[in-house]
Formats: sequence, structure tokens, C-alpha cells
Amino acid sequence: MGLPRLLVRVSLALLIIALVFAPLWAGNFGVYLIMQVMLLSIFALGFNLLLGYTGLLSFGQAGFFAVGAYAAALILLEVPSLLLGIAGGVLAAGLAAVILGYLSVRLTEIYFTMLTLSFGMMIFSIVTRWRAVTGGDDGLTGIPRAPLELPFISVDLSALPNYYYFVLLVTLLAIWLMHRIVNSPFGLTLQAVRDSGVRAGFVGLPIRRYRLWSFVIAGLYAGLAGALLAPLERTITPIYSHWIYSSEPVLASLIGGIYVFAGPIVGSVLFIGIKEVVVRSTEYWMLVMGVIVIALVLGFRGGVLGRFQGQQKGD
Amino acid sequence: MEIYLYQGLIGLTYSMYLWLLAAGLSIAFGVLGILNFSHGALFMLGAYLAFTFYGVLGLNFWLAVLLSALSVAVLGAVLERFFLRQIYNLDLPFQLLLTFGFVLVFDDLVKMAWGGMFMIPPMPPFLSGSVPIFGRPFPMYNLFILFVGVAVAVGIWLLFDKTWWGRKVRAAAWNREMGGMLGLNVPGLYMVVFMLAAGLAALGGALSIPMRPVTPGLGTAMIIQAFIVAVIGGLGNLRGAFVGAIVVGMLTVYSTMLFPLFELFLPYVVMAAVLLLRPQGLLGGR
Repeated sequence: MGLPRLLVRVSLALLIIALVFAPLWAGNFGVYLIMQVMLLSIFALGFNLLLGYTGLLSFGQAGFFAVGAYAAALILLEVPSLLLGIAGGVLAAGLAAVILGYLSVRLTEIYFTMLTLSFGMMIFSIVTRWRAVTGGDDGLTGIPRAPLELPFISVDLSALPNYYYFVLLVTLLAIWLMHRIVNSPFGLTLQAVRDSGVRAGFVGLPIRRYRLWSFVIAGLYAGLAGALLAPLERTITPIYSHWIYSSEPVLASLIGGIYVFAGPIVGSVLFIGIKEVVVRSTEYWMLVMGVIVIALVLGFRGGVLGRFQGQQKGD
Repeated sequence: MEIYLYQGLIGLTYSMYLWLLAAGLSIAFGVLGILNFSHGALFMLGAYLAFTFYGVLGLNFWLAVLLSALSVAVLGAVLERFFLRQIYNLDLPFQLLLTFGFVLVFDDLVKMAWGGMFMIPPMPPFLSGSVPIFGRPFPMYNLFILFVGVAVAVGIWLLFDKTWWGRKVRAAAWNREMGGMLGLNVPGLYMVVFMLAAGLAALGGALSIPMRPVTPGLGTAMIIQAFIVAVIGGLGNLRGAFVGAIVVGMLTVYSTMLFPLFELFLPYVVMAAVLLLRPQGLLGGR
């Protein structure tokens, strides 16, 4: 490993302290941006469990993101309890991931990618056309930032900084959990499946079951990111289920590095950061992003962190 | 009853656009092994260029269509020579991502050059008007598109199956190294094949301008259609792409008519069903 452990720990601690005090130094817009980064990080971490660790490129993750967002929104519009809304969103996305994953992991490579693309777009079609439930093209509006109901206390989250702390806590938990997952025997097995599915099968591993688990975890993370987005934006529309939106975790992971744990997180910071900086000077931020993507694929396939750590897989 | 037949003809017209679009995608995948995400963007570029040549500069319609197809073919040569050539040996995700980078770049370049407005140029006079079919007026332009679609299908089939050049391409596609060892100029063949694929996309786009508005989102809308068609027919399978185009065209027209609520949904269901039951596509052999 490239960096000394102590240095990593100290910088992580400093980073978390800075994030805890963010409402003091970043202002409302800064806090909002940091939350965008955190949601994309969760989304991309889940996605990269599939791509970086399992070797499966999904282009339908926005579908699970949207299931999480719409389910959370529908619950919150009925019952003002944040935990219930978020949990409902995550569960709904997990359920969708179990069903669609069961079918998807039968295929690999380009066929897997095409199948996830079509599943994602099926969800998009449902979200756009099922007006009675989803509001069609207009989406759902007026989603409340409901209070956090704990056993003896109810925490008001309607102010942005309050909600920020909730999202920060959930994000840190999600990152910690993913770190545990990829470093567990399960995570190592996924990498074995990625590097050679045939060999992994020969030593007796149930490959499909591992791929399915990976798929479901990715779906749960996408659903969590979506569920957290609904009370943040208070409005959700079908664009969150479109395949173009599925490309965001793809780009974030690629920019940061798909073979390093923190790649998707660093990539999310850079993705949101670059977009924000470029949008200030020109409306053509996609052009800049496109050039970056092309340069990354041609020259730096390990992403920013891969270069740093001297890991260059995929060459 | 006649309305169904009439709608079938309308559907076939749409199928021919899908065919022109998916043909290039299939050729590029079948020969180069690259699934080109930016194929829809090339279709869009063809449409914008034809709009400029024909609708703005007032060139002859045929000349405008030809020029836009040729320009995009030249762009295809540049893309192949300087970008695709470097990624033939990479894993699939990186190949897809590179071409997705093109999508982002082309979308914004088109906005820069042409702005975000909707534009429909006038129908070329000699193709306007209609002929009565099944008791209803059928646009002349649709007949023309049907004719072009079939002509392109026959042309491509002759080119790949009956010419010496087509044989060389098939040899290079079947085994790149062996082809090179037998003295084929494989890189050169690949470049021309990709030019052909790009030119076909642009031809489809150019011919679509009197029928549908040219907008910056056209590329992303079309690439999904192209994927559906190519997957249904079998990725890389040209005849399959023709059949897939007809399936999707018919499905779109009849579902819009009979169950409009599911018109968006159904093509994806067929796509997923084909992938799960016959990943090699309706016409793919094993």
C-alpha cells in the first residue's frame, strides 16, 4: 500500500472534523454541495462493488436510486417519520434488486450491461407513465424533511444543517460498512470471481450467488442514496431513473479509480467539484467532463487514486 | 382493419430509420468489437449537418444528405484512428466509457454550434405530397424512406457478402491476427468499416430532418433505440438488426395505438426477454 497508515488515519480524522464543523465554514450552499457529494459517494460505492470488485458494469443503477427515492417520498408524504421513509426506500430498492438481480446475474459482460440498462429504463417508463402514484413527468413535490423519531426524543431536521448531520452520520456508517464488506472473506471472494469466474467456479464457489449478493448490496446503496435525496431536494422527477443518471456513479468511480476502495468517494468529490467550477464559467460542463473521461480511459485507467497507489489494473 | 395495415406501413417507415441507425452500430460491434455509445450522437450530428446544408445554406437535398454522411464518415475516421485504435484490447467497461465520453463532448459541441432550439426544415418539394394507400393519404416521404432502407440493406449485404473487400473485412473480423499475417491491412480495414458505420448513422439522421425536430437530446434518445434493436436482433448481427428494427418499429406503432400507457415500456421488455432467453439475439446462431 502506497501511503503510511498513520498519515491516512490522521487525514481521515481531520477530514471528519472538518465535515462536522462544515455548517460553520461552508455556508448553506457549501453544505448542500457536500451533501450532494455524500449521496453520490454512497451511490458510487455501491455501484463500484459491482464494477470494481465483481467485474460487472451496470448501466441501470439509476433505477434502484429512483425506487429508493420514490418509495421514501411516498412514505414521507403519508407518514412524517424520517427513519420510516429512509428504511422503506432502502427496502424497496433492495427488493427490486433481488428480483432484477436474480435475472441479471445470469449474464455477464456486455449482455449484463445491456440487461441492466433495459431494466433501468423499464423503471424509468413506469415512473414516467404511472401518473397516479409517481406524478408522471412532474414527479412528486412537497416531500417533508420529517423529524427523526427516536425512542425518547424527536429531532427536528427541517433546517438544512440538521438534515446535514443526519446525512453525514448515515454516509459515514455506509462507508464503514462497505469497507467491512470488501475486506471480508465475502469481498475477497468477489474479487476472485471478478478475476476468473471459471476458476472461482472450479474451486466450488457458487458464482451466481456471489454476483447476486453484490448486485443486491449495490441496489441497497443506490436506494439509500435515493431515499436520502428525496427529503433533501423535496422534489423528485423521473430524470433520477434515466440511464443518463446511471452514468454519474460510473463516471465518479472511473475518475476516482475503480480498483481502490476510496476511488468512488474521491471521484464523487471531483465529479461534483469539477461540475461546480466549470458551470461557473461556462454552461458546457459536459464537454469538460467528456474530455476528462476520454483522457482517463486513454491514459489513467486506474483513476486518480490508482495512479497514486501505483495500481493499474485493466491494462 | 385497414387502419392496422396503414399503421403497419407507418411502423415500417419508423423501422427503416431504426435500421439505418442500428446497421452502423451492428457493423462496428461485429467487426471492431466495440459497442459505440456515441452512435446516436453521430446520428444527431448527421441531422444537424444536413439541416445546415439543406435548411440553412439551401443546398440541393441530395447533396446535403450526401455531404453530411461524408462529413460524419470523416469524423468516424478520426475517432477510429486516434481513439478507438488504442482501446481494442481493453476491458469492455473502458471501451464503453470512452465512447460515452464522445457522447458528452458531441452533445455540448452541438449545443455550442447550433444552440438548443427545435428545428424542422421544409420537406423537399419533390418528396412532399402523399399517395392514397388503404384509403388514407400515405406521405411520399415515408415511401422514399422505405425505399432507402431496403436499398441500404441490399447494398450492405452485397458489399459484405459478395465483394472481395467484404471478404477481407469478414476475415479480419473473424481473426484479426490471422488476417494481418495473411497480408491484410487490418487497421486500414477497421478504419474504413468504422467510417461506413458512422456514415450510415449520419445518413439516418440526415434523412430524418423533414420528419422530426433536431434537438440536442436526439443522440441520447436514439442510442437507446439502437441498443434495443441491435440486442433484439443479436449484437453484431446485421440481418438481425434489420429484423430487430422491424420488430421495434411495429411494436412502437401498434402499442401506441392499442395500449399507449405501455408504449415506452414494451420495447424494454422485449429487449430483456431476448437477452435472458436468447442472448445471441433472434437471428444469432451459436
